[in-house]
Amino acid sequence: MGMTITEKILREHTELKELHSGMLINARVDVALGNDITAPFAIEEFRKAGGTAVFDRDRVILVPDHFTPNKDIQSAAQCKVLRDFVNEQNLTHSFEGGTVGIEHALLPEQGLVLPGDLVIGADSHTCTYGALGAYATGVGSTDLAAVMLTGEAWFKVPESMKIVLHGSLRRWVSGKDLILYIIGRIGVDGARYRAMEFTGDTIARLGMADRFTMANMVIEAGAKNGIFIPDAVTEAYVRERARRKWRFYDSDPDAVYASILDVDVSRIEPQVAFPPLPSNTRGISEVGEIRIDQVVIGSCTNGRIEDLRIAAGLLKGREAAPHVRLIIIPATPGVYRAALQEGLLEIFLNAKAVISPPTCGPCLGGYMGILADGERAVATTNRNFIGRMGHPGSEVYLASPAVAAASAILGRIAGPDSL
Amino acid sequence: MKFRGKVWKFGDNIDTDAIIPARHLTTTDPAELARHCMEDIDPEFARKVGAGDIIVAGENFGCGSSREHAPIAIKAAGISCVIARSFARIFYRNAFNMGLPIFESAELWDRVAGGQHIEADGGGGKIIIVGSEAQPLSIEPIPPFMQELIRHGGLMRHIAQKKQQSQGRK
Ligand code: SF4
Repeated sequence: MGMTITEKILREHTELKELHSGMLINARVDVALGNDITAPFAIEEFRKAGGTAVFDRDRVILVPDHFTPNKDIQSAAQCKVLRDFVNEQNLTHSFEGGTVGIEHALLPEQGLVLPGDLVIGADSHTCTYGALGAYATGVGSTDLAAVMLTGEAWFKVPESMKIVLHGSLRRWVSGKDLILYIIGRIGVDGARYRAMEFTGDTIARLGMADRFTMANMVIEAGAKNGIFIPDAVTEAYVRERARRKWRFYDSDPDAVYASILDVDVSRIEPQVAFPPLPSNTRGISEVGEIRIDQVVIGSCTNGRIEDLRIAAGLLKGREAAPHVRLIIIPATPGVYRAALQEGLLEIFLNAKAVISPPTCGPCLGGYMGILADGERAVATTNRNFIGRMGHPGSEVYLASPAVAAASAILGRIAGPDSL
Repeated sequence: MKFRGKVWKFGDNIDTDAIIPARHLTTTDPAELARHCMEDIDPEFARKVGAGDIIVAGENFGCGSSREHAPIAIKAAGISCVIARSFARIFYRNAFNMGLPIFESAELWDRVAGGQHIEADGGGGKIIIVGSEAQPLSIEPIPPFMQELIRHGGLMRHIAQKKQQSQGRK
C-alpha cells in the first residue's frame, strides 16, 4: 500500500518497517522547541524526572519570543528560567536581545529546521515547518520535557487529507487567503487529528513565505500537521541556510487519504475571517463597512519580508487613516534588517506606523498593541478568538498583509482594489 | 493489558469543563479532582463509579482546554480506561502522558448500554461485551512501549523509572 509523505517521515524516525495511520509509535525527534511561556514548565518537569542534561544540545531550541523584551516582572521571571537553562545546558542555538525572533519564522530562516525533519514544539503553531516538507506538530510542556530528556516522543500516526489547489491566483490573493478560504470551507475541526497535505499545480507558483503562512494555520482547522511536498522552491530556500543534511520525501501515487478537497483558486478573492473564529471567513467584497481602530502586520503567520514588501508597496506615499494605529512587527531580526536595507521601514514611518521589535506581542494579547473594549483590529495573525488581542469586547479580523495595509489606509476593512 | 469493568456512557463532545469544571482547577490533588469528575453532567458520578469502571463516549471526547487535570480526574476517580468514537487531540496526548489508557472504537458506542460490563484487551486489540455472543470488536492495539508507559503511571514517571533502571545497570 502506498504511503503519504507524513507516514514516510514518521517511519524514517522509528525502527518500524510497516507503519499506517492510527498506530501509536515512538519516534526520534530532530528538533525540540519551546518558548518563554511553555519552556519554564517543561524545565521544571525535566528536573523533577531527574534530568541533568538534555539529549542533544544542538537539537533543543528555546526561544524567548512571546513576551520579550520582557513585558513585566512575571514574564521577566519566566524568561530568566529559560535563559538560565539555556546557559546551564550550553545549548548551541541561543537567542537573546537583538537575535530573538518569533520562533516559527526564526527557525526556518536560520536553517535550523529542514525538509524531512521530525520537529515537535511546545507551541501549537509548530506545524509551520510542514511548509518545508517536515513533520512538525505542537505538543504540551510535559511532552517537551520528555523529549528534552530522551530525544524521543510518541505519536499517533495521523490520517492524511489531501487539499488539491489548482489554477492561478487572482491579483492580491496570497497564501493567507488560500488557507483562510480552506478553513472557512472545512471548519475549525475539519482536519482534526489529520495531516493536511497541500498539492496541485498552484503550489509550484507559491513561494516559501506563502507556504509557511498556510502550514502555520492548519492548526486552526484542527490538523495535527500540514505538509507540502518539497520542490525546487524548497530546495532554493534550504540550500543557502542549512548547516546539516536534509531529505526530501514525496507521497506515493497510491497513498491513502481520508478525504480529498479540490479547490479552484482562481475563484478566490482576498479573504477576511470575522471574529470569533478563523473559519468565519468572507470574501473582501462581502465585508461591508467596518470601521477599525488598529492594524497589526506581523506574527509567525505573516511577519516575513515578503509580507512587509506587500504592505510597503501599498503604503508607499500613503498614510494610515488618522484614527488607525498601524503596528508593524518584523518577525525576526533578519526580516527587520532586510526591511531597513530595502527602505521599507522608511515607508512605514512615513505612513505613521509604529515599528515594533520582533516579538509575538499583540498576537496573543501580550503587549505592544492591546485592544480596549469595543475596539476592532485587522491583523495578519492567525487567531481571532474572543479577547485574543485584548479586552473580551474587542474584535480581531484576520487578513493578508495586502488587506491589512489597505484597511489601515482607508480606516475600514478593505482590499487594495479600493485604494 | 486488560481492563474489565462496568460501562458509564456519555455522548459526543464531552469537554474538559464537563470532565473537571474550571472552578476546581485550584488544586492538582488527584483525589480532590476525582471528587468533582463529571459533576456538571452527573453529580452522582464520582460517588457511584467503581474501581476499574470504563467510560464509553461518542465523538470528540475531551475537547476544550489543554488542562492535564482532566485525565488526572478521570483516572483518580477509578476509571480504568476510556473508549470513545474519537478524542480531541490534546486530550489524547494528555491522557497517555498522565497514564490513562484510551481507545478509539467507531462501533462500541452503539453496541453497549450503560451498566453493562465490557472487557478491553489493550495488547490484543479487542473489546468483548461480557455476556454477549457478538464477535469481539477490534481496536488499534497499544504497542508494548505505550503499555509500559501506562504501567509506570504516565510519561514523566516512565522516563524517571527508565533513567533509574539504566543508572542501576551502570
Ligand atoms: S506570533 Fe502569535 S501565533 Fe505565532 S508563536 Fe507568537 S503568539 Fe503564537
